[in-house]
Amino acid sequence: MRLLTIIALIWLLAACSTTPTQPTLYERLGEQEGITTIVDNLLYEIGGNDTLLPFFAATNISRFREKLIEQLCQVSDGPCDYTGDSMAQVHAGMDLNDSHFNALVTDLVAAMDEAGVATGAQNDLLARLVPMYDEVMNPDDYINAEPTDTDANRVTR
Amino acid sequence: MVNRYLSRTLMLLVVLTGLVFNPAWAGSKILATSGATQIEGAAGGGLVPWAIIGGYGSEREWGAAASVTRVGLPDFQLGTAAVHAGINNRFEVSFAQQTLQVDNLAAVLSSPLDGVIEQHVYGAKARLWGDLIYEPWPQVSLGMQHKVNLNPAAGNVLGANSDSGTDWYLSVSKLYLHALFERNLLLNGTFRYTDANETGFLGFGDGSGTDTQWMAEASAGVFLNANWAVGVEYRQKPDRLNLGESDWRDAFVAWFPSKQVTVVGAYTDLGKVALWDDQTGWYLSVQINN
Ligand code: HEM
Repeated sequence: MRLLTIIALIWLLAACSTTPTQPTLYERLGEQEGITTIVDNLLYEIGGNDTLLPFFAATNISRFREKLIEQLCQVSDGPCDYTGDSMAQVHAGMDLNDSHFNALVTDLVAAMDEAGVATGAQNDLLARLVPMYDEVMNPDDYINAEPTDTDANRVTR
Repeated sequence: MVNRYLSRTLMLLVVLTGLVFNPAWAGSKILATSGATQIEGAAGGGLVPWAIIGGYGSEREWGAAASVTRVGLPDFQLGTAAVHAGINNRFEVSFAQQTLQVDNLAAVLSSPLDGVIEQHVYGAKARLWGDLIYEPWPQVSLGMQHKVNLNPAAGNVLGANSDSGTDWYLSVSKLYLHALFERNLLLNGTFRYTDANETGFLGFGDGSGTDTQWMAEASAGVFLNANWAVGVEYRQKPDRLNLGESDWRDAFVAWFPSKQVTVVGAYTDLGKVALWDDQTGWYLSVQINN
């Protein structure tokens, strides 16, 4: 029973721990320079990943790099605005499954390790990206839900 | 007895070698998210089965694990050799051969226990909903463990009325990212419908007509980093045979050096087992994954 209490306490603690981080995540990732390193490392990882590489065969890599840097900057509370397309639009028609998603997360973690990002900051970034899972994996749900007018399909972020 | 352990070890070595020298391919689940092997062979913690599907196979992949586990207690040695495989991150099948050995048998010759009680556990599990990490709601799985006790004498003498039984369980697991001191937190709750006495080592039921009961199990673990986790577990147990059967608990350290290897060490408190009080001791499990 004491153990149950401990488990319950840990649960409560987890629910309450808002972690008053002084520096923003953007700063902890090393700001623009650090994020650029992470994305470059990620591109390198993808380049060696047989599961992921085929998806990027026709991709404009310099655009992908630029938009991803913007997105990570914005998501980590940095001074950027993401100007790319919506996650649903970008990933529509790729027919992604969990193996692909896991492969990308694994490569991102490797990219952050390589860039020397601390475990806590890594977890924070992943926690901010994971809510996009549904839109990336089920893009049709989001695109069909938007107005059919093509202009309205442009990003609303 | 020595022969039995030897052949079991040999059999496992063959399986393990096969897994390790498999063409260099690993499933794409995130490191550590296929968990360890609990004592009855299912993917989980040490004592409690979790909702995770065993092996590193994600969607449209498969994965398998083979493990040996020893629990050293003052009056017992519990050993498990187990294999499990997961397909498509949806279904899991498992098999475990368990032995509970009583030490110093000469000193307890008057006891009704055999020197060694062997049990086989055939398991299956299916993920019903959700995802351990990516979806807001937890992963929920339904599992069963069919157990056959090959040395039912002790259980029979103490009042059990069957040498086999089937546990059904519902497990709910979730990994919360950046949850506790910036670390990832795994929580699991399992509800087990069982008629097993001492998980089956002392047989099943007591012929009272209310043999099968719901039991609650829980686990909590924190990932210190990608490779190390620490946590605690609790497993409620019934006391059908009126022997003062204890709930079980443990505190564990898990090490995931790579997707191929999982090592779990724990301090376990199994309380009173059959006629013996204060069965606390160490737990060590070594697992190889393809
Ligand atoms: C939460 C997870 C993900 C995030 C935050 C994300 C983010 C992004 C961003 C910001 C872009 C650039 C958008 C633009 O050009 O306007 C992009 C493009 C792309 N993403 Fe993702 N992505 C995720 C998951 C995935 C996964 C799992 C795959 C699987 C292979 C993938 C494959 C691609 C590809 C191939 C492109 C380039 C598309 C093109 O050629 O235009 N993404 N992603």
